[in-house]
Amino acid sequence: MGLAKRIIPCLDVTNGRVVKGVNFVALRDAGDPVEIARRYDEQGADELTFLDITASSDNRDIILRIIEEVAAQVFIPLTVGGGVREVGDVRRLLNAGADKVSINTSAIQNPQLVADAAGHYGSQCIVVAIDAKKVSGMGPDTNRWEVFTHGGRRATGLDAVEWAVKMQSLGAGEILLTSMDRDGTHNGFDLGLTRTVSDALDIPVIASGGVGNLQHLVDGVIQGHAEAVLAASIFHYSEYNIRQAKEYMAQHGIEVRL
Amino acid sequence: MTDIAIIDYGMGNLRSVSKALEHVAPKATVVITSDPAVVRQASRVVFPGQGAMPNCMHEMDSRGLRDAVIHAAANKPFLGICLGLQMLFETSEEGNVKGLGILPGKVRRFPAAAAMHNADGQKLKVPHMGWNQVHQAIDHPLWHGINNDARFYFVHSYYVDASNPEPVAAYSFYPFQFTCAVARDNIFAVQFHPEKSHSAGLTLLGNFVQWEPATTN
Repeated sequence: MGLAKRIIPCLDVTNGRVVKGVNFVALRDAGDPVEIARRYDEQGADELTFLDITASSDNRDIILRIIEEVAAQVFIPLTVGGGVREVGDVRRLLNAGADKVSINTSAIQNPQLVADAAGHYGSQCIVVAIDAKKVSGMGPDTNRWEVFTHGGRRATGLDAVEWAVKMQSLGAGEILLTSMDRDGTHNGFDLGLTRTVSDALDIPVIASGGVGNLQHLVDGVIQGHAEAVLAASIFHYSEYNIRQAKEYMAQHGIEVRL
Repeated sequence: MTDIAIIDYGMGNLRSVSKALEHVAPKATVVITSDPAVVRQASRVVFPGQGAMPNCMHEMDSRGLRDAVIHAAANKPFLGICLGLQMLFETSEEGNVKGLGILPGKVRRFPAAAAMHNADGQKLKVPHMGWNQVHQAIDHPLWHGINNDARFYFVHSYYVDASNPEPVAAYSFYPFQFTCAVARDNIFAVQFHPEKSHSAGLTLLGNFVQWEPATTN
């Protein structure tokens, strides 16, 4: 009896279409974003996350039109990320109908953006996305993860746990934590990463990267201590629907909204 | 003639509230306004709010909206959402700010996450974010068609500690019991976000746009 763990389908959008790749490459078309959003809403998704992965800034307005259309018919929280560089970008997305905005690379280039955006619009709508990779450590400190950008290609030198704590202190309301080692692999979340970050924070953590079956969602909550689990391809290609995922989680003792 | 006025004092995104009201009341005129005159003329008023309560009180006052809010809360169907619930109370621990004092009680912060655990011993995070059950404490027209213990979407770090139980319309647990909805005369106010709470939320908003509270004042 209490707060439910959330299932969040993620829609990677480019040029007005939902796509999905392995380790951010080899993109495969998965359909129309508005249609997919409606389907997930009907199946009982707790929130929806849209990541605008459009490479060129020329096409940024496409995501605004998509969010406007989704927000007029889907009444659950919508998070939008990708290409958020300044407070004005946050404002445009919120005005289009987003409830939360996810900031990734720009938080690294300019951490003050997180503080400014949270100060203007409240922490409840500022999500910081962290892409992390395990790095081989020496001695007792073997479990270390480093923050990467550019789809896992560029190392930042930042420790993922320390970075998450810093983002919390600057006003992030939630952390979207993606394992770049697992993303697209279908091998399950990096549970060590998820648990270490979640236990270090007071704010909720969304586990992301690697979901291949429903047991992985259960593991993310029970072993990874995540408040929410995010997945894309297992839902896009109709291997499972959201309702099945929630029933499976409920059978494993996790409180969900059914 | 404005049917429903959503009070805009510059705190947060009102588009979701507006879209959801248009969805449940397609024939109504729904306006987002910071003009006290428009608020006074509206038949129904929605008082939303996000962010920090000291900023909310300041922004409301800087737009000269306080009297219009108090007038609406005394005279017409009035729906407070999130900070729009908290601001009705006397004081908040958030910046030790005074609220409107329309209802007796205080707004308090949830303890730090490290101090709160669920039955499995897992740390409970703050903000309280996600879908929680709403236990209806009273029968009320705004609950019609909504199952007791239905889940609504919450996102907040502070909660209402009402001084007396009379206006409490619903409560939730995180992990202790807290007030998540109040009702008195023409006022109904909720901590959760009906505009983001799928069918249960739309049902509540639909009930609000049809609600005819017994005339007061």
